[in-house]
Amino acid sequence: MARHVIAPVDELPPGTRKFITIDERPIAIFNVKGEFFGLLNRCPHQGAALCEGPLIGLAQSSDPGKIEYTKLGEIIRCPWHGWEFDIRTGQSYCDPRRFRAKAYPVNIEPGAAVVKGPYIAETIAVSVESDYVVVDL
Amino acid sequence: MNIQFRERPEGASSVAAKTAIADCDIHPARATKTELYPYLAKRWHTHLETYDKHPYQGMMEGPPYPKAQPNASRRDAYPPEGGPQGSSLSFMQKQHLDPNNVVLGVLNPLNTGQGIRNHDLAAAICSAINDWQIEKWTSKDSRLKGSIVVANEDGVTAAAEIRKRAGDKNFVQVLLLSRNVEPLGQRRYWPIYQAAEEAGLPVGIHAFGFGGNPITASGWPSFYIEEMVGHSQCQQTALASLVLEGVFERHPTLKMIMIEAGFGWAPSLAWRLDKTFERLHSEVPHLKRKPSEYIRDHIFWTTQPMEDPERRDHLLQLIDWIGWDKLLFATDYPHWDFDDPSRVLPPGVSDANRDAFYLGNARKLYGLA
Amino acid sequence: MTSPIAGGVDCDLHPAVPHLTSLLPYLNDYWRDQVTTRGMTDLVSQSYPSNSPITARPDWRPSQGKPGSSLEDMRKQALDPFKVSHAICNPLYGVQMVFSEDMQDAFCRALNDWLAREWLDKDERLRGSIVIPVQSVEKSVAEIERCAKDKRFVQVLMLVMGDMPLGKRAYWPIYAAAERLGLPIGVHAGSNYHNPPTSVGWGSYHIEDYVAQAQAFQTQLTSLIVEGVFARHPKLNMVMLESGFTWLPPFLWRLHKFWRGIRMETPWVDRAPLEIVRSNIRFSLQPVDAPPDPETLNRLFDHMQSDELLLFSTDYPHWQFEGDRALPEGLSSDLVRKIMIDNPHATYGRLKEPVIKETTL
Repeated sequence: MARHVIAPVDELPPGTRKFITIDERPIAIFNVKGEFFGLLNRCPHQGAALCEGPLIGLAQSSDPGKIEYTKLGEIIRCPWHGWEFDIRTGQSYCDPRRFRAKAYPVNIEPGAAVVKGPYIAETIAVSVESDYVVVDL
Repeated sequence: MNIQFRERPEGASSVAAKTAIADCDIHPARATKTELYPYLAKRWHTHLETYDKHPYQGMMEGPPYPKAQPNASRRDAYPPEGGPQGSSLSFMQKQHLDPNNVVLGVLNPLNTGQGIRNHDLAAAICSAINDWQIEKWTSKDSRLKGSIVVANEDGVTAAAEIRKRAGDKNFVQVLLLSRNVEPLGQRRYWPIYQAAEEAGLPVGIHAFGFGGNPITASGWPSFYIEEMVGHSQCQQTALASLVLEGVFERHPTLKMIMIEAGFGWAPSLAWRLDKTFERLHSEVPHLKRKPSEYIRDHIFWTTQPMEDPERRDHLLQLIDWIGWDKLLFATDYPHWDFDDPSRVLPPGVSDANRDAFYLGNARKLYGLA
Repeated sequence: MTSPIAGGVDCDLHPAVPHLTSLLPYLNDYWRDQVTTRGMTDLVSQSYPSNSPITARPDWRPSQGKPGSSLEDMRKQALDPFKVSHAICNPLYGVQMVFSEDMQDAFCRALNDWLAREWLDKDERLRGSIVIPVQSVEKSVAEIERCAKDKRFVQVLMLVMGDMPLGKRAYWPIYAAAERLGLPIGVHAGSNYHNPPTSVGWGSYHIEDYVAQAQAFQTQLTSLIVEGVFARHPKLNMVMLESGFTWLPPFLWRLHKFWRGIRMETPWVDRAPLEIVRSNIRFSLQPVDAPPDPETLNRLFDHMQSDELLLFSTDYPHWQFEGDRALPEGLSSDLVRKIMIDNPHATYGRLKEPVIKETTL
């Protein structure tokens, strides 16, 4: 695994994202409320530039008309078909019939009520060292 | 590091680059509100600025069912120079026509004079849109062909616009929308079909439009997803009307294209029409053939949004029924439910069918073989 | 030919009200006088013009009177030949077309009483559907509760083309009452003509309206699923009656595809639409809008991925098949048994209840 220094932390304030290419792989780094996450900029559905999509929260509902809205700014919508992916884990939220359980190196949100989809966007390990954003690839 | 995305077929994008395709549903847009002014008489400039468009639905800005994405388009399709998605020829070339090797692109302008209640304004805008298509698009890129947009609720004026443009190689079809004041087979629209057949032009029926009717036979639904799924039902009833009113009986050489409404529903609609016709044919003595025969002989289908059954062999069975010679590939660029040409067909399709699907059928239908 | 088996359930028959005067005994004094003094004669929906070929098979058309108005004929022509153990009556009298909720309520009550007295009382095989005055949700709930006391009412009847899409929340008290009482909602072909009978306006022909029923069922299914009716009422069943069903697989492909991309608009839809259909939606057999060859139809059953969706029906006296060829060709005996017996019994819980005279209306 090689470590790549991306940018000083100040260049990536909360709510912003940065696009980079490392070893010909298009990647986007997000600052979500002070935490950093990385995603491969390629939607597992049909290959769109996933990371150019808008950020929203996760809409869940246990009763029609009532919405529980959480994870604000942590869900990215693919700019093509609008599929929702959790930036932290890459987990998609659609088409539960073909769910395949996979282990991730990051924390899985406990007690997630929404049935998860089969597609996982590729996440990139990001950390902060000495005020620099660092990617492990 | 986790690699957990679905593998793309090997060399998918290089396949797309090599295979020349026809895209039978591209949506060009205006970059600014005034872009149409050079083609519109001055009185309409003032009229539009004072009274705006006055359509068959209430909202003046944006659609009554808000879209899933802004402008119903891909977010990565905003041109770098500004303007909405689909408004820049150079960016369309760069993002879509060139890399996807589109050798024939059919323009279907939306947001035109169609669906406007002021029929003079409707006619003026439609004619302006047709001039604009030539000026901005088809004269600048010979791969692109336009659709003659007509004031659909005024059959006489619409027919005149078709006759005016007949023979102009910039246009390959007449464009209508599926939702109008009445079902498309009704006689107020007959002059359009007459003129199109005379001009040797097919008529494209694109999903959408407003005619003042609730978009289901049981009133107005709540959600955008209902409108999107509902284009299938609206297209079915529009097609049933065209068949049962005898439009194809009276116009034996007229071809029509069902655009952006899917095609999975075609077999079951044809079966139901035939079964009901067997019972009730005495009500419609002007029909000399079974409804399914009219559909087989007169109707083409654009592929987007591509039917996506879980079992891909079900899709092939469906296409076998419809006919490999009847499908026209389309991407719906720059809309959000874009179909990528390299991913749309499952493996196991013969070369002959693949060629027909991606290009051959369109060239033949539009007289560009 | 696929032979029917004995002991099945016919899930869609249409006893006909001979004339509005037939309901007079079941109206109160005020409404009885309103009917006569205002010259109201009959409530015939143009969904089924009396002499239209579909309305009655030629050998089921009586020499006098409306098709389906004679119990004796129904026995000879439908109940006995198919050797059914139960037959569910869905009256199609045009009460839904009325605009006044009070008038509609009076007619619905009279119609339900007429059905109980003149049909259910006279043949033990017969069961009924409660016709409700949908102009008023409150009155509809009251009528459901009233008629449900009679266990021979096994379903609540609504039309596929009404004032609003069926999924709209305003209707949900009806669904709550039905679920609570163990009654499926039967959604039957036909319109109240309060909206144009197609999604693109008023066509010209009866044949056009009849074909359009299928599209109406499709938009209603979309509405019921995306509005979350079955998320709120998971034990509620709905039966699509005289809807056709061969359109179902491609319809579900399309709904599924869009649901994945616009999930955020209706996040309470937490199961794939196909799963919801499999668990909560059923279809009566007639009309079989089938391709001409049996092989294609059997392939369609494969596309539907469930053998529990279809419920046997004759649609008597409507003309959907010849002779006793109600079942499509080439069905396995397992599938015949499911369609004729198992699936209807799984859907209509009340069929197994014994009929006690004291609890009839």
